[in-house]
Amino acid sequence: MSNTGNDGAFVEFERVQKSYDGENLVVKDLNLSMPKGEFLTMLGPSGSGKTTCLMMLAGFETATHGEIRLDGVSINHIPPHKRGIGMVFQNYALFPHMTVAENLSFPLEVRKMGKSEREEKVMRALGMVQMQDFAGRRPTQLSGGQQQRIALARALVFEPELVLMDEPLGALDKQLRETLQFEITNLAHQLGITVVYVTHDQTEALTMSDRVAVFDDGRIQQLAPPDELYEAPQNSFVAQFIGENNTLEGVVKEIKGNTCIVQLDNGDIIDAIPVNVTAVGERTKVSIRPERVEFDKGRLQADAHTLKAEVLEFIYMGDIFRTRLRVAGMDDFVIKSRNAPDQTRLVPGQQIEIGWLPEDCRALDA
Amino acid sequence: MKLTTTLLASTAMTLASSVAFADGHMANEMTIVSWGGAYSASQQAAYHDPYAANTGVTIVNDESSAEAVAKLRAMNEAGNVTWDVVDVVASDAIRLCDEGLALEIDVDTQLADGDDGSKASDDFGDLLVSDCFIPQIVYSTTAGYRTDLVGDTAPTTICAFFDTDMYPGKRSLEKRPINNMEWALLCDGVAKDDVYDVLETEEGQAQAFAKLDTIKDDVVWWSAGADTPQLLADGEVVMGTTYNGRLFSLIEEQKQPVAMLWDAQVFDLDGWIIPAGLSPEREARALDYIMFATDTQRLADQAKYISYGPARASSAPLVGKHATLGIDMAQHMPTDPANATNTFLYNYEWWADYRDDLDAKFQAWLAQ
Amino acid sequence: MTDTLDSGPVLAADGRPLKASLNRALRRQKMRSMMLIAPLLIFIMFTFVIPIGQMLFRSVENQIVSDVLPTTTQMLHDWDASTGERPSEDVFAALTKDMMVAVEKKEHTRLGSRLNYETTGISSLFRKTGRRVDDMGEVYTEQFTALDPTWENPVFWADLVALPDAAAALPQTLAAYASFSDTIISEDGDDPREEQPWNTVYLSLYQDLSAASAADLSALPAEVGVAQAAVGGFETQNLGDAFTKIDKDWSSVEVWETIHTYSPDFTNGYFLNSIDRQKTADGSEWRGEQQQIYLTLFVRTLIMSMTITISCILLGYPVAWLLANLPMRTANLLMILVLLPFWTSLLVRTSAWKVLLQQQGVINDIVVWLGLVADDNRLALINNATGTIIAMTHILLPFMILPLYSVMKTVPPTYVRAAKSLGATNWTAFWRVYFPQSVPGIGAGSILVFILSIGYYITPEIVGGTKGVFISNRIAYHISSSLNWGLAAALGSILLAVVMLLYWAYDRIVGIDNVKLGG
Repeated sequence: MSNTGNDGAFVEFERVQKSYDGENLVVKDLNLSMPKGEFLTMLGPSGSGKTTCLMMLAGFETATHGEIRLDGVSINHIPPHKRGIGMVFQNYALFPHMTVAENLSFPLEVRKMGKSEREEKVMRALGMVQMQDFAGRRPTQLSGGQQQRIALARALVFEPELVLMDEPLGALDKQLRETLQFEITNLAHQLGITVVYVTHDQTEALTMSDRVAVFDDGRIQQLAPPDELYEAPQNSFVAQFIGENNTLEGVVKEIKGNTCIVQLDNGDIIDAIPVNVTAVGERTKVSIRPERVEFDKGRLQADAHTLKAEVLEFIYMGDIFRTRLRVAGMDDFVIKSRNAPDQTRLVPGQQIEIGWLPEDCRALDA
Repeated sequence: MKLTTTLLASTAMTLASSVAFADGHMANEMTIVSWGGAYSASQQAAYHDPYAANTGVTIVNDESSAEAVAKLRAMNEAGNVTWDVVDVVASDAIRLCDEGLALEIDVDTQLADGDDGSKASDDFGDLLVSDCFIPQIVYSTTAGYRTDLVGDTAPTTICAFFDTDMYPGKRSLEKRPINNMEWALLCDGVAKDDVYDVLETEEGQAQAFAKLDTIKDDVVWWSAGADTPQLLADGEVVMGTTYNGRLFSLIEEQKQPVAMLWDAQVFDLDGWIIPAGLSPEREARALDYIMFATDTQRLADQAKYISYGPARASSAPLVGKHATLGIDMAQHMPTDPANATNTFLYNYEWWADYRDDLDAKFQAWLAQ
Repeated sequence: MTDTLDSGPVLAADGRPLKASLNRALRRQKMRSMMLIAPLLIFIMFTFVIPIGQMLFRSVENQIVSDVLPTTTQMLHDWDASTGERPSEDVFAALTKDMMVAVEKKEHTRLGSRLNYETTGISSLFRKTGRRVDDMGEVYTEQFTALDPTWENPVFWADLVALPDAAAALPQTLAAYASFSDTIISEDGDDPREEQPWNTVYLSLYQDLSAASAADLSALPAEVGVAQAAVGGFETQNLGDAFTKIDKDWSSVEVWETIHTYSPDFTNGYFLNSIDRQKTADGSEWRGEQQQIYLTLFVRTLIMSMTITISCILLGYPVAWLLANLPMRTANLLMILVLLPFWTSLLVRTSAWKVLLQQQGVINDIVVWLGLVADDNRLALINNATGTIIAMTHILLPFMILPLYSVMKTVPPTYVRAAKSLGATNWTAFWRVYFPQSVPGIGAGSILVFILSIGYYITPEIVGGTKGVFISNRIAYHISSSLNWGLAAALGSILLAVVMLLYWAYDRIVGIDNVKLGG
């Protein structure tokens, strides 16, 4: 077998395409390369191709075109059971007719491991997820969180270098999810394993991953660490998909270096950084995060462009205030402000002016 | 609570309707039970249609004769007899009469005299084998063979069934002891008159089984009258036994290469019984139907449609040609002198006694 | 929760104990659900439970003997078969009286058929005797009427038996007269005051007068006294000989033993017959070898039903798997093919099997043409056990596929994927992970197929020849042909018990909660 991949890349997708019906591509020209030990999340709406990519990596789907490499070796034609990839499934897929210990022992048995060695590994894996006391139980006798821990232990017990997780926390309540998110990332880093994690929950993606690949329409829209993804979305889809976002539509009037001026459809003028607009006259969607909007003129630059706004709704949310405004003829402009002692509480009907730092306002593709 | 009320009401309705069904017999309707197929069709044409035309009675046909005895017993126990007239073989009639499930008939007053002026009891003669039984036809269980599969010498006696050297190949026999036991003894050298005396003894039964043993592996056992004609037509068997009417239609209507082997044919009777326990009106109507359907002309008419001999002596001269084929029917009757040179008389009384015992032994023999 | 510890029963808001309140609320709920299922319950009661109960009851019921021959069976109590002698004259006198009533009621032939199941020849014995029994005792009638024509007078008789002193003096006469009058009233609608009594009444009178003293009769009409004086010189009739003259079997100990053995109202005789044994005066014994059939058939039925069940599993499992894993459209089409056997009539199927399987049939033609077997050595695929297994597997296959399919439908494909991702080969993933989860479907399908095949009788009858018939064929025969419903019921009860036993064994081995008909 030849080593054709990039040096240091552990998992690689090269020009991978997938079609189920021969007419539509579910995955279009996917290129991805991740180093050993990375925790990478594939994030995207359903039908975006993320799960298909995971299944191709696991070997349950074959790529229509392109090559998938693991540790430099093409695995396109290796059947799933020989790939040695651990996997955690959406509904845990714990074998209901086996006890917890038997579930964990299964991958070791098929690897023809001796009994004592098996028992030792099983107990160690159960120890990693603090489930030693449940070895004799059946999966149906466990709670969802416990089942998830067992599924994780089972995927790890045969010490794979790569572990795939397909929306593993989807069925759990919020609090449990947060605990487990923390545990999974900890465990992954502790063991030094490479993880490909699929989810449609952006918070999960942002909190857990080293890098996030945002999928849409069969393509990776952006592949970046969480902070970059949030603060510097490369296109309007990513901007919309990650976090809450205000969008204003308009036309580029002027580009000066790393700032530009956009004329909104109602004629107002605002400042923005051109991200993927290139020419004057181009239509654009301008994206501003709600927490970066200011209505206190004192905090804005003197020459900043401001917009008139009318307060429509004020929602008290504990740690923050969420205010809905009418801006540039649109009723769904949202601003968030921290609940601080000196914070102004806006009143519906109030007329204000809002503005922002030009670098917080990104002119993206229309 | 509305739903509950509805449910209770429907429960009550279920009960009520099952009671209401108990006597759902329409005033001017009678149910006649027979065997179905060509036989029922011949009865429809010869008896039912003219009777319905004369009286305006609607006749409902039921093809349950094969289970008539069991069903009549069940009806009798339930106290709700829904049949008016039932066509059964003579042995079943004897059984029904023994069980008290059939009405006893006074032949001379309740049946028509013969056309030739003879009294009914003389006209039917020996065929009146039970007090409840009104004979209708004489049929025979007889044999047929494939003319193209028996070689140059066509079989002439029933013993050809036991001669597998001369006539190799499968043969079909009915899956019951009756007839087979008698034929086995006849072909093992027992005189015709001694057959039942021999069969009464353990040794005689063993002798019959031993004879049947010689061909056991070559026999296809049939249980429905249509089996043998089908087996013959498919060439599955070279010879087989069945009712003569079935062979008639196989030979004359379907033109198969099959010929009759009348030797040692066993006469049997088929006829009517009236179930016991009918209301007086229904009983009277059933008797009226029987009076009509078993007169000399009606019995002769039936022979136009099927090759079974009429049970009255006075009907024989009236038998004519087949209704559609135009063949002279007399020569196809089992009772025709040319066919009846060697016949065997089935002993009803004897079989009524020995049937249970021999049937058990026969089944055990088959299973060995 | 804590207050349950220190105080008494917990009280509901209205002060009643909480438990009672809860029970009341639940009772109302139960009542309502009872009413919801009431129509079905009643339906099942009338169409299923009661008929089956009656049928099972028949397997032990045997009242007909003592009903038809009440005094004979009573008198027979003291008879000892081992002497080799036929019963005493008293028994024959009782038989005469019982038979007279039975013949009038047309019950003697039914009894004959019943006893003929046990001893061959009793059917015709009773029929023959029935025709002649009214002549029995005629010799006494003639002598009484010759003595005094008053004895012919029905009115004299009716008045005589009505006298208060008659009961003590002429007990048998009164009993015989009562049978006579009851029977002619109920059977013929006649008036006893217009009909001369039967010979059995005169026979009884003779018996009474022979035993009585003159003093006993003093309160009765003078004719009785005169007759009593005369009976000593009467010509007598030996009834035993008279019956034997009708049929020599009446002197046969075997016949009397049969009547004696089957006198009780309930019998285990049918059950003994069902296992190839027969009831004797003191216990039971094996039937002759040439009559043993039922045990063979029970064993064959069970073995063949299991074979059919296993064939159904082998053939049905892959089909069910395919159905559960194919896309909906294709699966539906396949499902129609699976269900096709349900939509064809038995006649069509039978003809199809014959065309396919018989020696000159399609399959044989093909293998002969392929040169796999010689033309004169064609395979026997029908009219034997093979035929039954093929045909029954065909019919019952859907009953295996459907539960298997619905269980497999609920096994998510992720289990097999999980197993493979854990390193299992296709076979290991199937055998260790998929198969165990489909076992409940196999269990349900097997129970269905097995129970159905045990009860099938039409198909084995048509294609089974002699070696492929089941115990149910004999049950059907006894129900519809021999009318030996008691034996049929006993066979059926045993079959039911065997099925229950197997069900219990299945529960112990596999566990009945491990049976699923679907999700």
